[in-house]
Amino acid sequence: MTETLRPKVLVVGGGPGGYVAAIRAGQLGLDTVLVETGRLGGTCLTRGCIPSKALIHAAGLYEEAVAASGEAGRFGIRLSQPPSLRFDETMGWKDGVVDRLSGGVSGLLRKAKVRVVTGWASFSDAKTCTVETTGGGVVIQAEHVVLATGSTPVELPFLPFGGRVISSTDALSLTEVPTALAVVGGGYIGLELGIAFAKLGSKVTIVEAQDRILPLYDRRLTEPVSRWLTKHGVAVHLGAKALGQDDAGLLIQTADGTEPLLVPADRILVTVGRQPLTKGWGLEQMGLAVEGRFVKVDDRCATSTTGVWAIGDLVGEPMLAHKASAQGEMVAELIAGHRRRFDPVAIAAVCFTEPEIVSVGLTPDQAPEGVETIVGQFPFQANGRALSMEAGDDGGFVRVLARKSDHRILGLQAVGRHVSELAGEFSTLMEMGAVLEDVAGVIHVHPTLGEAVHESALKALGHALHI
Amino acid sequence: MGRYLFRLPDVGEGVAEAEIVAWLVKVGDVVEEDQNLAEVMTDKATVEISSPVAGVVVAVHGEVGGMLPVGAVLVEFESEAGVEAPAAAAPVPPEATIDAASSPAPVPAPAPALAERTDAPSGALRRSASSGRSAGEAPLASPSTRRRALDLGVSLIQVPGTGPAGRITPDDLEAYLVADGEGGARSSLVARTGVNDTRIVGLRRKIAEKMQEAKRRIPHINYVEECDLTELEALRLDLNQHRTEDQPKLTLLPFIMRAMVKALPDYPQINARYDDDAGVLHAHEGVHIGIATQTPNGLIVPVVRHAEARDLWDCAREVARLAKAVRDGTAAREELSGSTITLTSMGPLGGISSSPVINHPEVAILNPNKLVDRPMVQGSFVTVRKMMNLSSAFDHRIVDGYDGALFVQRVKRLLEHPALIFMD
Repeated sequence: MTETLRPKVLVVGGGPGGYVAAIRAGQLGLDTVLVETGRLGGTCLTRGCIPSKALIHAAGLYEEAVAASGEAGRFGIRLSQPPSLRFDETMGWKDGVVDRLSGGVSGLLRKAKVRVVTGWASFSDAKTCTVETTGGGVVIQAEHVVLATGSTPVELPFLPFGGRVISSTDALSLTEVPTALAVVGGGYIGLELGIAFAKLGSKVTIVEAQDRILPLYDRRLTEPVSRWLTKHGVAVHLGAKALGQDDAGLLIQTADGTEPLLVPADRILVTVGRQPLTKGWGLEQMGLAVEGRFVKVDDRCATSTTGVWAIGDLVGEPMLAHKASAQGEMVAELIAGHRRRFDPVAIAAVCFTEPEIVSVGLTPDQAPEGVETIVGQFPFQANGRALSMEAGDDGGFVRVLARKSDHRILGLQAVGRHVSELAGEFSTLMEMGAVLEDVAGVIHVHPTLGEAVHESALKALGHALHI
Repeated sequence: MGRYLFRLPDVGEGVAEAEIVAWLVKVGDVVEEDQNLAEVMTDKATVEISSPVAGVVVAVHGEVGGMLPVGAVLVEFESEAGVEAPAAAAPVPPEATIDAASSPAPVPAPAPALAERTDAPSGALRRSASSGRSAGEAPLASPSTRRRALDLGVSLIQVPGTGPAGRITPDDLEAYLVADGEGGARSSLVARTGVNDTRIVGLRRKIAEKMQEAKRRIPHINYVEECDLTELEALRLDLNQHRTEDQPKLTLLPFIMRAMVKALPDYPQINARYDDDAGVLHAHEGVHIGIATQTPNGLIVPVVRHAEARDLWDCAREVARLAKAVRDGTAAREELSGSTITLTSMGPLGGISSSPVINHPEVAILNPNKLVDRPMVQGSFVTVRKMMNLSSAFDHRIVDGYDGALFVQRVKRLLEHPALIFMD
């Protein structure tokens, strides 16, 4: 029994790009079908951003408790014995968070009158796909197709996923904390998970091919993270290459060593990047133009075929959930006949490392040739709120980059505990086209970390107050 | 080690001075032999001057936009070679004298060896810096303003921003809409008070000087006649329809060129170069037609040499080749000078009538205007004919109005009865 659906809009993929596109399309009164093979919420919600943040939070609490059980205690809080970790319960709590959010997405889609078809979509042409569901095949012929298939972790040929070698997805569903964890790839995913497991008690080793961790950020921003890693006994091999594994762990070629070095590990986490999911669902049948690994789209996320749209990780960097959502919302409105264009001034990126990093716009090294700039940097060491929650001594700061001629803000960065929450202010300033005087003229609440944003602008203007 | 004085070499064609358009080295630079030192402009070609030695630049002479006589010291080197270049060894500026007794051909002799080493025509005729909002910079506006502008189909690039750093506020957009929609409400008009100062250098300056010279020296007389090109157009269409692969598409220009070639032998004083300083008119037997050509940088006049020895197709081919060469900046200096009469045409932009400026030291210029269908009286009927006005200017010191008119009438007859162009 094959059912045929002819909706106005077919969204393929239920991640933060696809489900947002579907909700918005539904809100706009478009007959919409969403196809998702796994759980609603996609990578971000079910095996990425959200579960990793839950794990990081639990790991932080555990670390605090361990510290409190030490001789010095924590601010006078002392535990008479080390805390015990029931990792299955930790994972259970994390799964609860994911369940709640995924269920929430399901409810939102239902409210927007979006029909969700569970199964794997296979396209036979640009507007037709077949989904094998548990209840039989469903053929969907849509006027508009929104491709939001996302991305998958990149596998290393000499360290294929399986057994001891795990991806970020696997790392978020482990049943026990690894004794020794080797992380191949010192980007944000590897570091976030590596740091979380280090807090949970794993002996963590990070192996990065480039000469520093988090190579997408500048050295001053990553320095406090490096400092934390050193202080907490996380071994970092820079300029090193993973070679393969043997019974005892990961074999690497270090920058200076001639002999391969063995990194003992009962788990090897490979986080060397993500690739757009372009295979296995019939992209080749659709006749879409591609650009490198990605599906080629214009500034409206329109592909080379009329009525076929693509969003999120599938269409290029940055591979971030919030970019996908913004594109999804836009595409739904375009299909509804609105005039839209994807024209963000900047897309912020956040790393939930210890301490956290947030960056939007240009860093001082990226200032265009011939543009004179000024930089204002303010340390959390001089911020009362930071000190009151022990976030002042890890080398964190807020930094603003502005054009010298008219003080237009070109970029904002921060490193420090809890600074991810500054991303909103940073993005707002960029999108509103703020100048340093705008930030200086906003009364920032005391005592908050945001005061450091204010002070960094004052610093750039030459009259910081608290430094 | 020794001080090496590098003098501006003779860049050919008897130019006495050149304009420095760009410095490619600065004091303190270590320079390889043959490395380019500067771009200089002579006539209408930019030439890169390369270093004859390896060494360290200790001084450069002349600023961008400045004129430097040939033979003057351009760059001083501290050279490993230790060559002291005595002043006598440097090329002597050629005297710009013209022997009144002889008629030098406009085609110059092969460039001297020294020039050959340095005068590779540079592809880069420099583009003057543009002013205003810098290219590629997105207008500064909040997301809601950008969204509203997009909805309204307004390009924010057009909207003046009054906020800090030129930010376009919601009020700015509103003001722009009111101004745009209601033909400009007074309150929303913004006075533009900026003045952009641009130093006139390079090609623009060359054009400025030439035009001024022509207008200052030459008492122009203008003459306009209308020509019926109905027959010629029919012929042109037919030729274009049946042309072979290797034949270029014909415009009107090659026909006019051939008509000029046919008419000029009877008016030798019109195909000439007048050396007014010496009081000598060089009337040429060969017809070298300057073709005024608009390039992104300004007007350039490449020369179709010996048009009398080229047939229609060849004229067309040469015009096309030269136009491409000057637009690419690859035209050789020899291709940009030595014309004996000039033809300037703007095709569909040609207007009804014009008063062209003579390309000094020539004495005449023809300027065909726009070809249009016009009602004409034929016998006792009005019929539609393809009409084109032919504007012209002559140097009254040499060509009297009467002779100029006779010449234009002759060209008109040739154009109206195109068979005459091809009859011997």
